[in-house]
Amino acid sequence: MLSVFACNNASTDTTQYYCPMKCEGEKVYDEEGSCPVCHMDLVPVEESNKVLSDENEVSDASIFNLTSKWNTQNNETIELKELNGDVLVMVMIYTTCKAACPRLVADMRSISEKVDNKEVKYVLVSIDPENDTPQKLKAFAIENKMDTDQWVFLQGTVDDVREFSNVLSVKYKQISPLDFSHSNIISVFNKGGELHHQQEGLGVDNAETVSKILSLTK
Amino acid sequence: MSLSAISQNTEIIKGGTFVPLYGSDSSEVYVRDFELDVYPVTNEQYLNFVKQYPKWQRSKSLSLFTDKNYLRKWTSDTTLSSDMNLNSPATNISWYAAKDYCVCQGKRLPNMDEWEYAAMASQTMINAQRDSIFNSMIIESYELPKTYLKTIGSTYKNYWGIYDMHGLVWEWTSDFNSVLISGESRQDVDTERNLFCGSASVNATNLMDYAAFMRYALRGSVKANYSLQTLGFRCAKSINKK
Repeated sequence: MLSVFACNNASTDTTQYYCPMKCEGEKVYDEEGSCPVCHMDLVPVEESNKVLSDENEVSDASIFNLTSKWNTQNNETIELKELNGDVLVMVMIYTTCKAACPRLVADMRSISEKVDNKEVKYVLVSIDPENDTPQKLKAFAIENKMDTDQWVFLQGTVDDVREFSNVLSVKYKQISPLDFSHSNIISVFNKGGELHHQQEGLGVDNAETVSKILSLTK
Repeated sequence: MSLSAISQNTEIIKGGTFVPLYGSDSSEVYVRDFELDVYPVTNEQYLNFVKQYPKWQRSKSLSLFTDKNYLRKWTSDTTLSSDMNLNSPATNISWYAAKDYCVCQGKRLPNMDEWEYAAMASQTMINAQRDSIFNSMIIESYELPKTYLKTIGSTYKNYWGIYDMHGLVWEWTSDFNSVLISGESRQDVDTERNLFCGSASVNATNLMDYAAFMRYALRGSVKANYSLQTLGFRCAKSINKK
């Protein structure tokens, strides 16, 4: 398995190209150019995709390219790609947050109630991994009645959380030992780990987010 | 890894406290001792890096980590354009790529407080934040066009022996996305306040420090896959006390 951020040398095979819109399904070309159907620029097939393609196709833009390891509220260690196959609704919070996070968590619950579909996972990533241990995340899950298979709480390393926040375009800053400023963004990924929608703000109308999630489950 | 072995390209920055433009609770920040590259990473060094790690070549890099401007001026995966200087700072590089470059050198990106701490040193003073000559030198350098084409080491050597902290390129920091302002300051209106929890804490300690404000505004406006022509990087290293 190729890891994205470990310093191993990837081999340099000849690159193949495909249409990002997949106008002709999984067709690949040997040279750069544009798609004969939609005329979009062809994009190179990534080396690591080829390795993974026998199991599941992972695209260039997929968060499943990240190789960081995360602890769940059930004290299991996972990589994000283990979440593939479900639509993912992700948010970054911390459990000691008294201001925005309870509202963000309520927004997540509201979305899950309206979506009501088993092919969706709701993922809450802690921006305070030093305090939010799997035990604390578990207690938080129980307290918020989110202790089912559909809810995943993740603790990472400080560096991996910073990297993941960049993937979500979430900004955050520690302002005191138990307090952070952070953006309030709920992100929706398709089953292949590609970002499809972001809902910004607190307590906003989630109709668009809900319909987006439902369309991605099909 | 030997902790006493300092690679030839870094200098030790002796830690201390200072008040950054956007600090924790707008107060003093403590920076530990650390090592910092003497120069920004150059085109030549980055070229060697992508030869060694082909996954960071332009055609092979993932769109999750690099936008379309990544290494935009290069004529092939391993060729700089003819007008690029080997000893100019490497630019058009995303945060993910810069971060991985440093990891592959056994280093890391400096965090924002470390970078600002090292950058506030003038030729003679550790803290020249209130030195009007130093500040106007920085602001004047921001006004010059195409400084990314200059050669590393062509500006000044600061108190710590570090070159080019101002005057060539902006530089990535590990936690650049902790700046909770939008790049377009006119967008920072009340309707945006819901986007950020604790937005009240985001106040410039000293808006007079215009040069620093420009750096933070840039950090607040970029995303990690952006690859700008005016944005380079250098690496840092922690010093683990025994």
